[in-house]
Amino acid sequence: MLAFVVRRLFGAIIVMLSVSAISFTLFNFVGDPVNSMVGQDATMEQRQFIRTQLGLDDPAPLQFVRFVGRAVQGDFGMSYRLGMPVERLIAERLPATLELVFVAAMIALVVAVPLGVYTGLYRHSPLSKVFLTLSLVGVSLPTFLIGILLILIFAVWLGWLPAFGRGQVVKVGWWSTGFLTPQGRAALILPAVTLALFQLTLIMRLIRAEMMEVLRTDYIKFARARGLSNRAVNFGHALKNTLVPVITITGLQIGSLVAFAIVTETVFQWPGMGFLFLQAIQFVDIPVMAAYLVLVAFVFVAINLVVDLLYYAVDPRLRIERSTGAGK
Amino acid sequence: MTAHPHQPAARLSTAGRLFDDFRRFLDGDVMHSFRRSPIVMAAAAITLAFFVGSFGAPWVAPHNTFDIATLDLMNAFLPPSWMDGGQAEFLLGTDGQGRDILSAILFGMRVSLIVGVCSVLFAMVVGILLGLFAGFVGGKVDAIIMRVADVQLSLPAILIVLMIDGFARSLLPRSVHEEMAIYVVIFAIGISNWVQFARTVRGSTMVEKGKDYVSAARIIGLHPFLIMIRHVLPNVLGPVLVIGTIGLALAILTEATLSFLGVGVPPTQPSLGTLIRVGNEFLFSGEWWMTIFPGVALVLLALSVNLLGDWLRDALNPKLR
Repeated sequence: MLAFVVRRLFGAIIVMLSVSAISFTLFNFVGDPVNSMVGQDATMEQRQFIRTQLGLDDPAPLQFVRFVGRAVQGDFGMSYRLGMPVERLIAERLPATLELVFVAAMIALVVAVPLGVYTGLYRHSPLSKVFLTLSLVGVSLPTFLIGILLILIFAVWLGWLPAFGRGQVVKVGWWSTGFLTPQGRAALILPAVTLALFQLTLIMRLIRAEMMEVLRTDYIKFARARGLSNRAVNFGHALKNTLVPVITITGLQIGSLVAFAIVTETVFQWPGMGFLFLQAIQFVDIPVMAAYLVLVAFVFVAINLVVDLLYYAVDPRLRIERSTGAGK
Repeated sequence: MTAHPHQPAARLSTAGRLFDDFRRFLDGDVMHSFRRSPIVMAAAAITLAFFVGSFGAPWVAPHNTFDIATLDLMNAFLPPSWMDGGQAEFLLGTDGQGRDILSAILFGMRVSLIVGVCSVLFAMVVGILLGLFAGFVGGKVDAIIMRVADVQLSLPAILIVLMIDGFARSLLPRSVHEEMAIYVVIFAIGISNWVQFARTVRGSTMVEKGKDYVSAARIIGLHPFLIMIRHVLPNVLGPVLVIGTIGLALAILTEATLSFLGVGVPPTQPSLGTLIRVGNEFLFSGEWWMTIFPGVALVLLALSVNLLGDWLRDALNPKLR
């Protein structure tokens, strides 16, 4: 078990270092950072002074070590566009994105699990066919179009919900939350549903496939033969065993929710990190791009690690396979 | 190389074989399952109509949206022709400059289709070559290629595309980037999709590698590269068609998303995504047709191509027959 954890940690560190290397390259070899910091009429001596000050004359490996050292402390430099420290910009935007992703993941799970179970159990009922067809349409609908449609229907035509922004937010320490005010909660609904829909179809199809797989196994037949009620068989035996892969996939999907939040945040003018990143791309704001890259890579690696460990902890079969594999 | 004079003949025989395959394809189960499913036939008809309509846009479209002389601001913001104030001349209404929406959709779909098809072809070539190489050579090469593929697969495609686009923007000066934007988008979407092709081709290559005809080719002393390209490649292409079709739908949607976000194709060559982006600004003033019609066209296109891909997968899968 310990060897497994150490190996995974080692892999995670390698991925983080290579992503940092990419951001570092972006930083140092694309354009001259000195040019973007001083004005046009700085003298050669001033430029040289700044170069020495920033350590830009040191060999590249040394600079890389320094970059990683600063990144670990959360220091990514100043945004070219906004003239603010990048870490402050990100800290400001982080709560908005995390709240959005959290609510979207909840919606996806709460809706997808019952639908998946239903379509898996009653494969040939007309209602199942309707759900499956809808899910195929859902896969072909890009996220931004879903957002636009929802805005058109619920904000423009019906006027029930706000179409952009976070509404009123309350500061709890440095964290700004939209959960505590009615406007904040109302503003969360449309973007969260938009972000949830794609994941929802995915999780639903996964649960359906897993249910159908499990229902064919011998122990389900045996449970029926023992005369257990349908309910006990379907939920106590079948659903329980489908949940292991579902937990894994859902965990991994949270990572992609963070990525898809870029699109949703743009449609709804949601002041989160994705919106910040997109503006950084458009204005070639390299420090923000680099910081976002490292941060998202970190989120992905962390989630992957946790999911791997969870999987290992939950599924006893995996442990046995690994120990025999190691014994060879 | 001594093999050179023989190459044209070999190509001809490959072409001949492909032609034979195609004839067998038309007579076989695949066409039978096609004729049996009305939904698939409708999807094929829509896809075909979209291809013809968009590539023939200069002749088919009622107006040429690139010809500024024909635009009239008096015609701006007209609703679809069946609504109050609509004109028969502009079936789906007009935008803020008096452009006909239907024509804009046809021209825009051409850009979407070109970017989609080119990026899938690019992904296909990269994926097939790397997959073939990994599967045929094996060992360290295989381990490295597949490791990269695994890492890339764990990142969402849209993030990779945005990252490549960001790199291109910071590397290229602004004026050059405008011109290169469409190639950058094709490259980015292609790179984000090669993994699927590589994995499939690698899997079938590893199966084919152990077969007798490959051993025979080895024994007569053929160069491994020639065996790979001339003998193994034609036998692993089957599933590529399916992935390519589904990949096309994905690529079209990705391009639309990029253009909607404002980092895709330049505004001088508006694609469906650009049209939706522009129309979106007028959503609140009630001119919904500028967004909804390009959106419907995009979804219909993606859905039809997806349905065709699903059908191809089932029809080519011998287990389901």
